[in-house]
Amino acid sequence: MTRYLSSIKRYRFLIQQMVIRDFKVRYKKSVLGMFWSLLHPLLTMAVQYMVFSQVFRSVDNFVLYLLSGTIVFNFFSEAAGQALGAIVNNASLVKKVYMPKYIYPVTKVCSSGINFLISMIPLVLVALLTGEPVTAAYLALPYAMVCVTLFSIGWGMLLAALMVFFRDVQFLWGVFSMLWMYMTPLFYPENILADRFMWMMNVNPMCRYVKFFREVVIDGTVPQPELFVECFLFAAAAVLVGGVVFRRTQDRFIFHI
Amino acid sequence: MSEKMVEACHVTMDFRLEKNKQVSLKGFLVAALKKELQYEYFRALEDVSFSLDRGDVLGIIGRNGAGKSTLLKIIAGIMKPTQGTVAVHGTIVPMLELGSGFDEELTGRENIFLNGAILGYSKSHLESKYDEIVAFSGLGKFIEMPIRNYSSGMEMRLAFSIATVVNPEILIVDEILSVGDAAFQEKSYARMMEMMSGGTTVFFVSHSMPQVRQMCNKVLWLEHGRVLGFGDTKTVCDQYDAAIEEGHVGI
Repeated sequence: MTRYLSSIKRYRFLIQQMVIRDFKVRYKKSVLGMFWSLLHPLLTMAVQYMVFSQVFRSVDNFVLYLLSGTIVFNFFSEAAGQALGAIVNNASLVKKVYMPKYIYPVTKVCSSGINFLISMIPLVLVALLTGEPVTAAYLALPYAMVCVTLFSIGWGMLLAALMVFFRDVQFLWGVFSMLWMYMTPLFYPENILADRFMWMMNVNPMCRYVKFFREVVIDGTVPQPELFVECFLFAAAAVLVGGVVFRRTQDRFIFHI
Repeated sequence: MSEKMVEACHVTMDFRLEKNKQVSLKGFLVAALKKELQYEYFRALEDVSFSLDRGDVLGIIGRNGAGKSTLLKIIAGIMKPTQGTVAVHGTIVPMLELGSGFDEELTGRENIFLNGAILGYSKSHLESKYDEIVAFSGLGKFIEMPIRNYSSGMEMRLAFSIATVVNPEILIVDEILSVGDAAFQEKSYARMMEMMSGGTTVFFVSHSMPQVRQMCNKVLWLEHGRVLGFGDTKTVCDQYDAAIEEGHVGI
C-alpha cells in the first residue's frame, strides 16, 4: 500500500498532465466549452422533470431530488465508461512507453471527477433557488464524493482489465449500466418499490451514495453513521476487487492490444 | 571503476500464438469447454545476456525479426520477459516511436508538458528546459498551435527535442536518426553524439553498418532471438559483414 502511495506521489505530475489533457480535449471546438459541465446536469434534470413530474407528485422538492440523483449516477457511469476503454484506446502508448498501467483508468476517473466537482455548482444553485438552505451538513459531502470516486476507480480498473481480453465488455457494460440506472431510484421515489424488491436497494451501492447526497442537500441533515460506513465499505470492496484483477492481468495486456 | 547501468541475465521471451484466437467471451468459453484452446509458442529471444556500463553506446544489429525491438521493449519495461531478468539502474527514455504520446488537439506547448511527463520528467525540469526545447525544435511561433496542424516533420522535430533536451541516463533509440530535413538531421546527430559523450548509456538499433561503426562502442548481434556476437564494435561488425558476404545471413 505504501508502495502505491509513493508511486502515486512520483507520478503525480504525469497523472495531473493526463487529467488536464482529457479535460481540455473534451471541450475543444465546442462553443460553450466548460459551461457544458454546468449545463449538462441541468438539462438532463429538466428533461427528466418534464417527463416524470406528472407521474411522481408525492416527492418533496422533485427538482433537487432528480438533480442530485442524476449528478451522482452520471458521474459513476461516465467515469466507469471512460475507464473501460482506457487501456485499449491508449494501445499505442501502452506499447511504447512504460508507466504504471493503473494510471490510465485512474486518470479517466479523475477527469470525470473534475466534471463532478463542477456540477456541485448547479446543485447548490438549484438547492438555493428551490428554498433549501445550505447547511453545515454540506461539509459531509466531500466524504461521499471521495467514496463514490474510489468506487468508480475500482469498477473502472475491473472494466479496463476485462475489456483488454474481451471486447464484448463494452456492449455488456452499456446494457448493464442502463439496468443499474433503472434499478437506482433516480427519478422515482424509493417507496414505490414493492417490498419484495427492497433488497435491491440494500445491495445497490449507488443507492447509498445517492441517498447520502439527498439527505444532505434536501433534508439538510448529516446522514447516520451507518451510511458513512456503508459508503466506505462499498468503495473499499470495489477498489480491492478491481485492483486485484487489474494487477494480476496487467502484464498480459500488451499481448492483447 | 565503471558502473553497471543495465544487466540482462538469460532473457528469454516467448510469445503465445493462439491458433484460433478468441476475443469474444462466448468464443472463449465455448473453446475452453471443448478444450480447444491450443497455443503455439514463438520464441522471440533466447537466453540473451549482456551488461552495459555508464556511457556505453550499444548498437543492436540483426535482420528483421531477429528480436531487436522485443529486446528494447523488455529493457524499457514495457514487456516482462518469460524467463530471466533485466536490471536497469537509472532513468530510461524510450524513443521507440517518437511522439506516440502526443495529443493532436493540444498545442505544441501543452504537448511538451504532456509528453515530457509521459517520458518521466518532472515539472520543474520541463519548465527550466522549456525554452531550450522550443529553440531546438525550431518551431518558433508554431508552438502555440494545435499539433494537428503540424507537418509530420515538425511533429518529429518537437518529439526529438523533448526526448533529448533533458539528459536521460539511459536512452533507447529505434532508428530515428532520419528525423526532419537535412539541417535538423545534422543538428540531431550532433545532439546524439553530445549525449553519448556526456555519459548517457544508449541502445541504438540500426541497419546502417557505417552508422553503427561510427557511433557505438559495443555491438550486440542478434539472429533468430539468439546472440551471435557481443563485444567491441569492430570485432562484431567484422564478423557480421563477413557472414553477410558468405551469404549466411541475409539483410
